[in-house]
Amino acid sequence: MFLGIDIGSSSSKTVLIDREGAILGSEVVNIGTGTNGVDLALDRLLKKTNVQKERILYRVVTGYGRMTYQEADKQITEISCHAKGVAALYPKARTIVDIGGQDAKAIQLDANGAVENFIMNEKCAAGTGRFFEVMARVLNCNLEELANLAATTTEYVPISSICTVFAESEVISQLAGGASLAAVARGAHVSVAKRVCGLVKRIRVRPDVVMTGGVALNQAMANCLSQELELPVVVLESPQTVGALGAAIFAKECYEKKL
Amino acid sequence: MEKQSSKQMLNDILKRHYEDAQKAKAEGRPVVWSTSIAPQELLEAMDLTVVYPENHAAAIGARKDAPRFIENAESEGYSADICSYARVNMGYANIKHSDAADIPMPDLLFCCSNICYTAIKWYENLSKQLNVPLIMIDCPYNYSYSVTPAAVAYIKAQLLDAIGKLEEFTGRKMDWDRLREVMRISNETAMWWKKATDLAMAKPAPVSGFDLFNYMATIVCVRGKQEGTELFKRWYEELEERKAKGLGPWDNAEEKYRILWDGIACWPYLATTYKILKKNGINMVTSTYPESWTLLYELSDLAGMAKAYGSIYASLSMEYANDRIVTRARNFQIDGALFHSNRSCKGMDFKQYEFQRQLESELGIPSTIFDGDQTDPSVFSEAQYETRVQALVEMMEERKQREAMK
Ligand code: SF4
Repeated sequence: MFLGIDIGSSSSKTVLIDREGAILGSEVVNIGTGTNGVDLALDRLLKKTNVQKERILYRVVTGYGRMTYQEADKQITEISCHAKGVAALYPKARTIVDIGGQDAKAIQLDANGAVENFIMNEKCAAGTGRFFEVMARVLNCNLEELANLAATTTEYVPISSICTVFAESEVISQLAGGASLAAVARGAHVSVAKRVCGLVKRIRVRPDVVMTGGVALNQAMANCLSQELELPVVVLESPQTVGALGAAIFAKECYEKKL
Repeated sequence: MEKQSSKQMLNDILKRHYEDAQKAKAEGRPVVWSTSIAPQELLEAMDLTVVYPENHAAAIGARKDAPRFIENAESEGYSADICSYARVNMGYANIKHSDAADIPMPDLLFCCSNICYTAIKWYENLSKQLNVPLIMIDCPYNYSYSVTPAAVAYIKAQLLDAIGKLEEFTGRKMDWDRLREVMRISNETAMWWKKATDLAMAKPAPVSGFDLFNYMATIVCVRGKQEGTELFKRWYEELEERKAKGLGPWDNAEEKYRILWDGIACWPYLATTYKILKKNGINMVTSTYPESWTLLYELSDLAGMAKAYGSIYASLSMEYANDRIVTRARNFQIDGALFHSNRSCKGMDFKQYEFQRQLESELGIPSTIFDGDQTDPSVFSEAQYETRVQALVEMMEERKQREAMK
């Protein structure tokens, strides 16, 4: 049994695979580094899969919280782990766009699924999941409702500020000026898509493009991104646990190399 | 008597450099502020005392003392988007003290625009604010592969003009023999600088590349002095000795990966950026930046000198810069590259994405970019830096293993 753990800024993910590489189960807890999220995600996974902790042969941790997590055998960056996970699930992938709670990254893969190049956002919340949280607060809804609102229309209010804080006041004045909630919600999605697209295009964008990370659960976002990139965007079934899956596969490889 | 180590020499030289400037001021001799890659030969030949605001700002940055100078300059109306060396220095012109080091206020400003065009406005503003004369050597940016003959003629004419202005300023005539001598010394110093830094081509490199950053302060400020030649000659000998013994950069760790560093150092986090590399067995063996002081030209030739100053890499086209980084990557046998996207220096940053593409497509060399600033500590994030460095290691390792399997 091999365990992959991904401790992000706003969620913790675990994946367990067996000796053949088959996925036994995965778990997502929506609290991230610095919390007991990772313990919860592990406990629940073990219960769900009915596996005793002692049977885990090797564990790899990844994500923003990887440096401070003590119980893993090895830590590997989220860049390599995402690439690994995606390559296993979708070998045709050449570009990965990962949008998480507070960062966005794009990874360029070669034909073997190895990382050729990657780029991450600067120290700024624009173009990340955090931007949606702020927008949802302004529109007084939750993230799911925000995504649903955006999906109801193709018209949108452009949000020109890059800065999340300024965008907030921009949106408030748009609403005051009579813009519809749906158009503002759509505008928020287009804004993130444009921002992420600017980032992604700094590396070579080659199809197929796969989107991962919590924000990929939002279909409206995947559509906006696809429009901006002018390429189809594939969303994997459980986009949040791809990094943890990659970590689990690394765990298996490291263990086998040791033998 | 035992020979002084180059490290000791370096420290002594820097200490004396700042002390001498204070002494000159106290004794009523004029002090010049100059940009870092200016034809200092003219000033040295005129026996003028020179300090370098960029060096000084870097020292302030390394002490994490920059924010108060930056705030001061910004409160005067300077935009946060201006190079932070300029903001630190303009703040310093008001505050006039840092624990890192002090420089006396200038009596003359000497600016060469080969490094960037920010420097032009920076020095013009200083000249106006402090009411001191400014000598400007304008070096046009070349969209061509090498500096054009027209630009060389233009710069040479300005060198002659500058000599006239210096004669007027000092009330003394230029001693042309002395100028020739200073030109000779400057070339010799630059040659030893190049010889020493080129030793890092050896595998393992006998030098930890961050030493380049440490020694750089002196290639800026004593290039035209005999002690500069001696310093770099001594450094070369030390490194040559290490190389002959097959020694790597560190006595307590092995050089596992060799990388190129592009951009100015992230001075406020010099130790942090260094330690994270070392922890991963990474030695920065070469950098695009310190090479700018390898200024070599035919002696006694003002046109040659004009050409050398007009063709530093910041002044030449993208095509030139691309070839140069690829050649450098080959010569130093690097495994990867690390780009400091330095918020201050747009002239260097804008090339980085293209450099990445070139290294990847020409040589299959992976690289990564991190955000920082040469003096402003608020731009850098240690966790982000570490993740990018670690991802670089993973990419380099993957390629090494693939090579080994072939
Ligand atoms: S750091 Fe860049 S922008 Fe600033 S003075 Fe130097 S060359 Fe010019």
